[in-house]
Amino acid sequence: MNWLGLLIIIIQSVVIALAVTTAFAYLTLFERRLLARFQNRVGPNRAGPNGFLQPVADAVKLFFKEDIVPSAADKAVYLLAPAIAVIPAIIIWAVIPFGCLNIDWNYRACFAESSSGVNNILQIADINVGVLYLLAITSIGVYGITLAGWASNNKYSMMGGIRSTAQLISYELALGTAVLAVVMTFSTLSTHELVYHQGTLWGIVPQFLAFVIFMIASTAEVVRAPFDLVEAEQELVGGYNTEYGSMKFALFFMTEYIKLIAVSAMAVTFFFGGWRFPGLEMLGAGVEGLAGPVVASIAVGLASLGSFLLKLVGFLFLSVWIRASWPRIRYDRLMDLGWKWLLPLGLINLAATAVAFVLIESFVLASFMLLAFSLLSLAIAAGINRVPKPVDNVTYVSDVRSRAETGQ
Amino acid sequence: MDFVLFFLTAAIALAGAIAMIVARNAVHSALFLLLNFGAIAVLFLLLQSPFLFTIQLSIYAGAIMVLFLFVVMLLGAEQVEAAQDKLPWQQPLALVMGAGLLVIAMITAVRGGSNDAPPGGEAAEAFGDPASLGELLFTKYLLPFQITGIILLVAVIGVVVLNQQRNQAQTEETPGERPSSSVQP
Repeated sequence: MNWLGLLIIIIQSVVIALAVTTAFAYLTLFERRLLARFQNRVGPNRAGPNGFLQPVADAVKLFFKEDIVPSAADKAVYLLAPAIAVIPAIIIWAVIPFGCLNIDWNYRACFAESSSGVNNILQIADINVGVLYLLAITSIGVYGITLAGWASNNKYSMMGGIRSTAQLISYELALGTAVLAVVMTFSTLSTHELVYHQGTLWGIVPQFLAFVIFMIASTAEVVRAPFDLVEAEQELVGGYNTEYGSMKFALFFMTEYIKLIAVSAMAVTFFFGGWRFPGLEMLGAGVEGLAGPVVASIAVGLASLGSFLLKLVGFLFLSVWIRASWPRIRYDRLMDLGWKWLLPLGLINLAATAVAFVLIESFVLASFMLLAFSLLSLAIAAGINRVPKPVDNVTYVSDVRSRAETGQ
Repeated sequence: MDFVLFFLTAAIALAGAIAMIVARNAVHSALFLLLNFGAIAVLFLLLQSPFLFTIQLSIYAGAIMVLFLFVVMLLGAEQVEAAQDKLPWQQPLALVMGAGLLVIAMITAVRGGSNDAPPGGEAAEAFGDPASLGELLFTKYLLPFQITGIILLVAVIGVVVLNQQRNQAQTEETPGERPSSSVQP
């Protein structure tokens, strides 16, 4: 590797790390404003125009808070945990294509299958195992939370840590089956090629079932509402981060939101065509005719980046919407959902995908057959999954009343 | 640069392995083992095999170690107990066998020489590429692959059977109570 290439990669990495950190700051504002709207409030709007400087104010507040280490904590692990948490959240961005800006000024390379000649400046690394890399990094993301819970030496934190490991193990398999089905559909593990193959049809059509599983499992994987049992405020007073303050708390906060953006970006790449939108190639051709290849390449780059970000914001909005709408799930239902529903559905989907693409020649026909199959199996699953009767000993007011009436 | 990286990573892997054995706290041990797994993953990268790198990370670091940590934390078994060793002959035997293994490895390394192509060089065309690896697994190495699958299946069935037996015992003791199969911390 030459030194220029290394320098470019370092600059790209720094820019992306800073960009996702800024995105995190403004996602908090986005979420608070939206949640306020959902709950018929106004939300933070004092700092700067429309509350635009609120994240800055929050950051300053967190910086100046006192940094406390509990005396009974396991010092080394306690101090390491925030770093262990935040690193996977940032390095996961290495293989996600944000757009396609060819620096050899040949926009057509973006629309070619081979990922070797792309020279895309909007993606740090296009490796031949990109999808597996994403799964691997997501799976080591749990350590920060678990270790923070253990090292704090606090029973609530410990509970949060144990819950996080159990939850992550349960949903990782379902997530894996969903992603694997996408890989089987487009028969590639490279993220660039995934986006390329979605030129004809976005991944959500052949893999609708996988999309549903992915959305549920990834929400559980980033421990967000309604799967936020790890930091349930009411039972665990914040869970794993109870004993953390100041910037160390900020790092956990950051991890959670950056992971949320990352899984949304993964969903966009797997199911919504990544940076592609219909007519992008025509846009490139038109601009090239008018202003030459350099401008065309830049135009395609910016348009694809814009399209990617727009889809990403759509997913983030969906995530806030879900948080505002659903209460937290009960623990046994959480385990049931992961093991008894998502995993079997994921396996069925894998089998169906394999059969459909081997039996049916045409990709489009097979995709729509799979879409029908997905809708059918989701309907069946929803039909079987009646809410079980509560097995606890709660006495309901209605029962007492009816008993009293029959007794008299 | 590869040379320097190799020695650095190898040193980290060895240090992690030794620290894992020496550490008195089970969670620290697990973390050092994690460090060792990470270093080995980087070694796979240096061997031009990104596929094994990701598999090493997601299976060993991402799944197995998480389970270890879960069990250690759930049982609260961080500290080494000072109980008497029930198998005193185990330690010397382990030392002898470990030394024997080391000697065999050294002899193989010295005799084999470092310039020979590694065995199984059929994949050299597109080495480490997941597609060619998968093809080899499903053609040339199909039988070992299937046998591995059956061994794993046996393990799964074993877990189910053991769990069933325990559940039955529980229901006989306390009739009427629903046996819970899911972990509920």
